[in-house]
Amino acid sequence: MGGSSRSKRLSEDRPLASTGLALRPRRSRSVLHSSERAATALSLGFVTAFLTVIVALPIAALIWASKKRGGSDFWQAVSNPEAVAALKLTISVAVIAALVNAVFGTIIAWVLVRDEFRGKSIVNALIDLPFALPTIVAGLVVLAFYGTSSPLGINVAFTRTAIVLALLFVTLPFVVRTVQPVLIELDKDMEEAARSLGADEFTVFRRIVLPSILPGILSGVTMAFARAIGEIGAIVLISGNLPYKTEVSSVYIFLRNQGGDPAGASAVAVVLLSISFAVLLAVGGVRRFATRYERA
Amino acid sequence: MSISVRNVNKRFGDFVALNDVSVEVATGSLTALLGPSGSGKSTLLRVIAGLETPDSGTVEIAEEDVTGFSPQNRHVGFVFQHYAAFKHMTVHDNVAFGLSIRKRPKEEIRDRVDQLLKLVQLDGLAKRYPSQLSGGQRQRMGLARALAVDPKVLLLDEPFGALDARVRAELREWLRRLHDETHTTTVIVTHDQEEAMEVADEVVVMNRGRVEQVAGPVDLYEHPANEFVMTFVGSVNRLDDAWVRPHDLELTLDPGPGASEAMIERVVHLGFEVRVELVRGEGEPLAVQLTRDAAEQLELQRGQIVYVRPTRATTFS
Repeated sequence: MGGSSRSKRLSEDRPLASTGLALRPRRSRSVLHSSERAATALSLGFVTAFLTVIVALPIAALIWASKKRGGSDFWQAVSNPEAVAALKLTISVAVIAALVNAVFGTIIAWVLVRDEFRGKSIVNALIDLPFALPTIVAGLVVLAFYGTSSPLGINVAFTRTAIVLALLFVTLPFVVRTVQPVLIELDKDMEEAARSLGADEFTVFRRIVLPSILPGILSGVTMAFARAIGEIGAIVLISGNLPYKTEVSSVYIFLRNQGGDPAGASAVAVVLLSISFAVLLAVGGVRRFATRYERA
Repeated sequence: MSISVRNVNKRFGDFVALNDVSVEVATGSLTALLGPSGSGKSTLLRVIAGLETPDSGTVEIAEEDVTGFSPQNRHVGFVFQHYAAFKHMTVHDNVAFGLSIRKRPKEEIRDRVDQLLKLVQLDGLAKRYPSQLSGGQRQRMGLARALAVDPKVLLLDEPFGALDARVRAELREWLRRLHDETHTTTVIVTHDQEEAMEVADEVVVMNRGRVEQVAGPVDLYEHPANEFVMTFVGSVNRLDDAWVRPHDLELTLDPGPGASEAMIERVVHLGFEVRVELVRGEGEPLAVQLTRDAAEQLELQRGQIVYVRPTRATTFS
């Protein structure tokens, strides 16, 4: 094919090429009317006040409580070997649960969106069950099946495996429910285009589908991880709470607080809080990167 | 390379999309599949591409039976109405997709993409994302992407349907010139008869899952095979038992042999052309096409009684 040079450019190129602007309307600040500006200020005020009372002040109080006895005590409380062991365990089981659900949650979402089968609506409803259940009930559910009196003889009670199973149970909905809508919206023409260009099914998934649903997966994984870090109800019954073995941070905090060491409990709580916040920030950054083409 | 579709049937539930369709597309030609929505034209194109599996019948591309082939193995270029741009890839990566999954060397891919972007006049926009392009630019990117893999045939599914009229006309003309340079066998689906007549060497008129007529643009207009083609391609009047094109009606102020009486309802000025809308006896509408000069000479007024006489009429038994 010969790319002959043509003097006549298609006219629609010109305005775009000359200004370098994306074709997206953007309302400038000066266009807002004063009443609109007042309404914006008012709603912003409400949001700030609500967030302050409900979120920011309690967190500040917690940090205050953890430091009440001075910085050295804070580090002592945090670096207590039992606290460190609990924290390590918490993070590792949360990572495992989040990653396993990233894979299986995506597969379940895929099947629910792309496949037709009998009982699909029942499965769909079942996904939300862990959301709806009080987590202590979730703990009992897991204990009944994987505990000492397991009907299948699978007894993993008081082990780390049990903690991961309980976390998988309560965090399952997150990835499924964030990936599902993205898959429904996914432009099937893109997949067909890739196929007609010679891509096999695996390539279509890796190069077309996965990059499109990755932001959804990341959101789901983050929420699952944050939830797993703080989970107590589902874990407390089946883990046995053995210090250095199956005691997670949330249980540690609970026991410390009950045992007359609120400052120690607060110190570890602040660490958990910081981890959650850092993860949220980091994933926000990754998500922005993964969807940069939308804002470009 | 040639395409030959033989006795293809395709149903979607109770809906018959293709009813025993056979079509031959000659090597190097530009063929239009023309028909109203639901006529099966898009389904036929998708069957050729392997994106739909026919219930029966065969598809050959370049004299090879590809009926059982997946789209992956058919080596066709497909262009979608809504562009199907890979939103998360740059223009360069979109166009390079077919080559990169074939694991071609980087330099070869870059040269080929540069060459194609020049061809579709998108050079300089390689690093943009599809969201930063206009509709017309996205579609030209889609075309470059399809051409990148040197397809045996190029299939376009209403490629300009989502664009505004001016861009559509421009791209149409441009596609025709592109085809004259590359001579890639091309099939374009359209519901716009003007588009089909303008770009195609051969037009396949489809209706309700069947092929009504296959002919060149001139033949199609001058010798329509049946009433459907007559009414779908170009506008037409029903005058008793005959069909008459609006420009094949003579309009006079005085009665004459073979002329019938009508009243002017509206005179529409369309630049060079003037369309006169009339009603006959029982209220049957009639449209006459005149040149501006002819209309001015007659000094036509709304409500005026005039006489029309067909100079050329077509009847179907």
